[in-house]
Amino acid sequence: MEQFTINLLFVGASFAIYIGIAIWARAGSTSEFYAAGRGVHPVTNGMATAADWMSAASFISMAGLIAFTGYDNSTFLMGWTGGYVLLALLLAPYLRKFGKFTVSEFIGDRFYSPTARMVAVICLIVASVTYVIGQMTGVGVAFGRFLEISNTAGLLIGAAVVFAYAVFGGMKGVTYTQVAQYVVLIMAYTIPAVFISLQLTGTPIPALGLFSETTSTGAEGSVYLLTKLDQIVTDLGFASYTEAHKDNLNMVLFTLSLMIGTAGLPHVIMRFFTVPKVSDARWSAGWALVFIALLYLTAPAVGAMARLNITELMWPNGTSGDPVSVQTIETAPEYDWMLTWQKTGLLDWEDKNGDGLIQYYNDQSDAMAATAAANGWEGNELTNFNRDILVLANPEIANLPGWVIGLVAAGGLAAALSTAAGLLLAISSAVSHDLLKGQLTPNMSEKAELMSARIAMAVAIAVATVLGLNPPGFAAQTVALAFGLAAASIFPALMMGIFSKRVNNVGAVAGMLSGLVFTLVYIFLHKGWLFIAGTNSFPDTVDGSLFGIQSTAIGAVGALINFAVAYGVSMMTKDTPQEIKDLVESVRIPAGAGGAVDH
Amino acid sequence: MAEQSTHVKAAKDGAGYWKANVRIILVSLVIWALVSFGFGILLRPMLSGIAVGGTDLGFWFAQQGSIIVFLALIFFYAWRMNKLDREYGVEED
Repeated sequence: MEQFTINLLFVGASFAIYIGIAIWARAGSTSEFYAAGRGVHPVTNGMATAADWMSAASFISMAGLIAFTGYDNSTFLMGWTGGYVLLALLLAPYLRKFGKFTVSEFIGDRFYSPTARMVAVICLIVASVTYVIGQMTGVGVAFGRFLEISNTAGLLIGAAVVFAYAVFGGMKGVTYTQVAQYVVLIMAYTIPAVFISLQLTGTPIPALGLFSETTSTGAEGSVYLLTKLDQIVTDLGFASYTEAHKDNLNMVLFTLSLMIGTAGLPHVIMRFFTVPKVSDARWSAGWALVFIALLYLTAPAVGAMARLNITELMWPNGTSGDPVSVQTIETAPEYDWMLTWQKTGLLDWEDKNGDGLIQYYNDQSDAMAATAAANGWEGNELTNFNRDILVLANPEIANLPGWVIGLVAAGGLAAALSTAAGLLLAISSAVSHDLLKGQLTPNMSEKAELMSARIAMAVAIAVATVLGLNPPGFAAQTVALAFGLAAASIFPALMMGIFSKRVNNVGAVAGMLSGLVFTLVYIFLHKGWLFIAGTNSFPDTVDGSLFGIQSTAIGAVGALINFAVAYGVSMMTKDTPQEIKDLVESVRIPAGAGGAVDH
Repeated sequence: MAEQSTHVKAAKDGAGYWKANVRIILVSLVIWALVSFGFGILLRPMLSGIAVGGTDLGFWFAQQGSIIVFLALIFFYAWRMNKLDREYGVEED
């Protein structure tokens, strides 16, 4: 059977399952649309949270970024898991106790200010739309490959599918659908990794394979996978895989931004409103991380092993022998993946020196200049290797059976779709529930509210698609910007709302605004205004950046500014009223308001 | 804090519960920061002598170890807090 047909079967079958579940559990009332009637078990909720959380960034993009950078991009691994500790310890149980539908409702009530609620809604929308842009980048890559069309056409088709999908049901449909999506995506991620780990190291668990010895024994006996990888990449002039090349400040701030952002993103926090009890909210965060860790412990192995496989395919006779020839790429079956990916425009090569061979090396490295001159190389000939294709291409690169490739296509789409749907839900509830019903037209009927929620989804996806055509980075990098924005605006307000009785309405509004504006302006100064290329004032590198901090890492600084401004302004203005102090007291204690702290 | 209010006992219990909770949170966050920012990034050079599968312990913490510790922390906190809820009689019905 043709690979295209196999992909179609896997993607089609998985979609049939999701749609079937969505119809079976269709949202009836407004409350079900947002929070599924609070009847979801912690393990189920954890699994759905994991699917919701692990997006195109985690599934499609992250391992590719790790593969081509190595240790420095460990920040993604620590950042996107460490945030769950903050969520479980600092937010989830208290927000569940508070017991409303949305994050901005908490901010509006705790800071007794419709303005605070409006500002929170704006922050949520800015962070979520940025996040959806990253998702659309991933959706474009996945659909482009799977339908064997250009990346742009893939993106447009993907946008239509995401929209149709998100409009279908609310949270309840989404919760059970996302459990199914989790199962598909985790199998799609781990099965090829197990195969590849067995091929390279003989270890069936990829997370252990990463630190094992390779099965192929060279002249000097068997070596560790990572030692071998370090050797090969440095031979070609690339930076060593396991060493640090980024400064500590940027690594720490970037990791911190991702962690704080995780605990500030509305579509993740909303999940904790849907568990029956406060104690379940604590367990839910743990279960979510269990299911996330299954992928995150595998991802660094996927990255390292793929880098090794790609480099060895380019240099089949070792780095000192002859590289692969153009003719081999065009005819040999193990290079078929290069031809199919070339169609998407995300992979390309060019025989610059006309010797019929493709030399893949780091032409920016001074050390390689002499070697290149001596051998008549005229630059790196693997001219384009988009990081976002690595995971999807991985089973083909490792020459795995066709059904594994089909499964990965289905998994990549599941990851991108589930998160995009969750985000669109968060955006639509922010607009219809918080902005319209909460502020502008309080008397709106349930039906009108549901309708406006769907219109908001359509607008959000249209904006994200237009901006996603020229994304500000690879999927995971764009998503990292969204985390920076959430970190700088929402998380500090939520945390201060629970842990301080003194921070008041004026302080919270000033804090959120200064955090958001600072971070957004800093990102735009480096990435271009509204991410339009060429409108940036500073180059987007560590050395060229305004404060020596990369735009992806600035969210942590924004969060500190938010905390400082909110606290400072609060101390200079009127104390919070007694009923707010009581509200904070009641949120802090799991038992109902009739219990121990009844004032 | 409202220790001097008429509901002395209730308020005192609530405050004690919250203090105990904040203490558990602080200890957990110290560990959280130590394994990620500490062992994974800033203290990595100090751990470079300890070899792990072709690289060093800091690399392992950055790519896998910290995630495992995060998991343990969350489950520890959930277990400890549910116990604390019962000790102070503030658990849900």
